[in-house]
Amino acid sequence: MSVPITSPQFKGNARAALKDVQLQRALGKVESGFIGKRAQVAARLPEFEQLRDLARDIKDHTLAHLDLYLEAYEARVKESGGQVHWAATADDARRIVLDICRRLDAKTVTKGKSMIAEEIGLNAHLSEAGIVPIETDLGEYIIQLRDEAPSHIIAPAIHLNKEQIEADFRRVHTDLPPERNLDEPASLMAEARAVLREKFLAADVGITGANFLIAETGTSVIVTNEGNGDLTQTLPKAHIVLASIEKVVPTLEDVSTILRVLARSATGQEISVYTTFSTGPRRADDPDGPGEYHVVLLDNGRSSMLSGKFREMLRCIRCGACMNHCPVYGAVGGHAYGWVYPGPMGAVLTPSLIGVDKAGHLPNASTFCGRCEEVCPVRIPLPKLMRHWREREFERHLSPATVRTGLGVWAFFARRPRLYRWATQRAMRFLAFFGGNRGRMHWLPFAGGWTRHRDFPIPERETFQVQWARQKKAEAKAVAEAEADARRAAETATKENAEAAQ
Amino acid sequence: MSRDLVLGSIRRSLGVSGGEAPRRTVTGERLARHPRGVVPERGAQPPRKRVNLFRAMLAEASGSTEEVTSLDDVPAAVAAYLRSKNLPMSVRRGGDPLLASVPWEREGTLEVTVGRSDGDQLASVSHAFRGVAETGTLVLTSGSDNPTTLNFLPEHHIVVLEARDIVGDYESVWDALRKKVGVKMPRTVNWITGASRSADIEQVLLNGAHGPKGLHVIVVGKP
Repeated sequence: MSVPITSPQFKGNARAALKDVQLQRALGKVESGFIGKRAQVAARLPEFEQLRDLARDIKDHTLAHLDLYLEAYEARVKESGGQVHWAATADDARRIVLDICRRLDAKTVTKGKSMIAEEIGLNAHLSEAGIVPIETDLGEYIIQLRDEAPSHIIAPAIHLNKEQIEADFRRVHTDLPPERNLDEPASLMAEARAVLREKFLAADVGITGANFLIAETGTSVIVTNEGNGDLTQTLPKAHIVLASIEKVVPTLEDVSTILRVLARSATGQEISVYTTFSTGPRRADDPDGPGEYHVVLLDNGRSSMLSGKFREMLRCIRCGACMNHCPVYGAVGGHAYGWVYPGPMGAVLTPSLIGVDKAGHLPNASTFCGRCEEVCPVRIPLPKLMRHWREREFERHLSPATVRTGLGVWAFFARRPRLYRWATQRAMRFLAFFGGNRGRMHWLPFAGGWTRHRDFPIPERETFQVQWARQKKAEAKAVAEAEADARRAAETATKENAEAAQ
Repeated sequence: MSRDLVLGSIRRSLGVSGGEAPRRTVTGERLARHPRGVVPERGAQPPRKRVNLFRAMLAEASGSTEEVTSLDDVPAAVAAYLRSKNLPMSVRRGGDPLLASVPWEREGTLEVTVGRSDGDQLASVSHAFRGVAETGTLVLTSGSDNPTTLNFLPEHHIVVLEARDIVGDYESVWDALRKKVGVKMPRTVNWITGASRSADIEQVLLNGAHGPKGLHVIVVGKP
């Protein structure tokens, strides 16, 4: 089973999200939290912009040599006693993980946060096979109790309020006294800590994602604040790392550079609390650590992205800054996007992975304000890539008839500048007349989709082109007058000088 | 099978065969020479200031620190920390030679056991390989000297760090590690910057999510 996709119903999802009072209350906190902290911590590091350039260059270099770095990485993992499993598809990856769990006779599996696990629908697959997957990141644990997908790639439960979480804990943790106090986030977290501590110690297999794979050393890297990823990978018999192929970087120095922009862009921290570099299984003299170390390298459509316009998307380091700064994400939240990856990065990546026929709405859900590109630590031109999807959607005749007709009508006029000017001038006057002195109108023929939710601003009585032409003319006149003045002043001065000299 | 599929698809997309010598040279050299990128100026300080920066940055990430003059002072510092947190006088440590050389017996009531954590210990003591001033980050390496479980299972993690081991930046850590262990990385290298925390519930930042609720660093000696 795979993750259910509701991206084709984006419009309906968004409409429902806008009416969801709980969700709107939770989303109100996104801006105040992440945006200010990122700005502060970035301003504090003079080299921050330079580091972003460098992070982009490292990823570009790696992607251009991806085959070779993956081979080098694989060789180092093997040398350190680990195993690398290549997975062309989500199905391959699920099968590999299940085989390992079955061989080890696993009953329960603890999991660190992994977007790849979400992408391949791993939890459902393990559950169907009778193996209990336990999410251990606090946010992931909460949404697992609710049988929901994450709504944010680094803050999966950001769409929830504490009252909702309290209700879930009371529903699921039935062996705890019902009169206990769970009013505060602190008491909720303490309860989750106690419940999950037992799971950590009992688990047979630990599965984590990877923020990076290092070719130089055969190392996987995870970045967390809670320490759940470390307990997940240190205590069980085996550690399985789920990573997509573009996660590889060449060296320890390269990963250090990218780490300097990751946490700052994500949560506005100087560095995350725990950054963990793992190389192979437990060594001969190790008193702890996993007996087996497996890496599942997932392609799932990424290798094809290397050839076209969307290669730049593979630079993404999953910091979440684009969604934190996105007005559309801020209005509708992550679930409306209908699959695993929300926000601007999701709007570009999702059509690549599940098809533009299913996810065509996502790149359209953008105001093209450009904030995502401004804050992206690896400078992915997200608006440009969303525009590519729009073009492709149009070329493949996937856009709805009204959009195509509208664009056709506009194109007819746009190709005929005189007619365009004539028509727009008439339209402006008509609208201005229609709107009277109110400055906006509540209803407009053929534009109910717009005016049902907001007023249509009444245009100025003239078109932009008319105003532009007039302003240019006025400027030219002003310049000419100023020049004439200057000339006269110079002539007068020369004359006076000449008179003084005589 | 999947391996050939994936690598084949990557090469088709890149328009390469994988056998091109210039590409192999470029990647081989980068891996062998691991050039540094832009290293922030922030950590480039004389030793005394580096220690101060380390302590200030770690304090921001809710890690406490103190300085003592020698290893002889460590037992009293550990005992004082345990008392301040109302913890029993008991710690678990690994077989680290530096920690073994600490005169623990000077703190008569302090029980010091050696080994990994099985989840029952409330406090542990580790010896950090390095400290990084740039972000107040501790670097610990796995092994019987300092078992990884001691970093995560106890409620309080006390870390002994020699002042002279505080470096400016992450790159200096890698240089030191390569010098010590050669090309082979320890099974785990942990960068730790502060106590375990989460902001997953309504973005309220709280300490003690799954790992230690308290992180205390005892900086030993002259920088």
